[in-house]
Amino acid sequence: MTHRAGAWLILGALFLAWSNPHPAEAARHVIEIRNMAFAAPPAGLKAGDTILWKNTDMFRHTATDRKGSFDLDLEPGAQGETRLRNSGPLEVFCRYHPNMVLHLMVGKVR
Amino acid sequence: MLNRLIFAALLLAPGAALAQGQKPNDAQIAHIAYTAGVLDINAAKQALAKSGNAEVKAFASEMVRDHQAVNDKALALVKKLNVTPEDNATSQALSKAAAAKLAELGKLSGAAYDRAYVANEVAYHKTVNGALKDTLIPDSQNPELKSLLQTGLSLFTAHQQHAEHLAMGLAK
Repeated sequence: MTHRAGAWLILGALFLAWSNPHPAEAARHVIEIRNMAFAAPPAGLKAGDTILWKNTDMFRHTATDRKGSFDLDLEPGAQGETRLRNSGPLEVFCRYHPNMVLHLMVGKVR
Repeated sequence: MLNRLIFAALLLAPGAALAQGQKPNDAQIAHIAYTAGVLDINAAKQALAKSGNAEVKAFASEMVRDHQAVNDKALALVKKLNVTPEDNATSQALSKAAAAKLAELGKLSGAAYDRAYVANEVAYHKTVNGALKDTLIPDSQNPELKSLLQTGLSLFTAHQQHAEHLAMGLAK
């Protein structure tokens, strides 16, 4: 790495620290997929939080945002994480089993 | 049509197809459920070979994958329980009806094939759902088998809805 690139990195890090001096802790939620269904949505979801999707079913499923912000393909036993970018309602479904639908309500950023 | 009726009648009242007045035992129920899965996998393999429609092929891939998954669990379960699945008149009738349907669908092609395959998937899953709900689940004795059949019912219900959704799209 050149000195100049290093300097930019340090400057960038300083800027991030300065612009967001007290970042609120983003929460991590878990939603299990089992028996051909998404588990009940966790309470208190906020923009910026992450959701860990755990497929504990014997079937392959997806956790797909109807509006297209994420599309996780999960083999049986697999898990994957997505970040909630915006507040508002979110509809998640499984592309393989379109009757599997989960409605989430995401609150404003912490 | 006649095939479908015979098939529905046998599935909905397997007792009639088994020894007189007897309810199916667990070994027979396991065989019927496993056979129902295999037959749907065979139909899906035909669809994967014949269809040119991406949505139909995706649906067929899902049928192969899901039914294989549940049948793998069923095989592991019967092994664990030391039960040998027992062939029976219901399984035989199912296989016979499915073979006839496969031959009938084999003669079609293009959009006509796609519509006929998906329409049959709706009917097939509906029939199997009825059999699971009314006969196979209530008559099964072993709790693990019962639980696997319940998973099968959730799966077949999801597949039926997916097939119905797909059928609406193909009818347009």
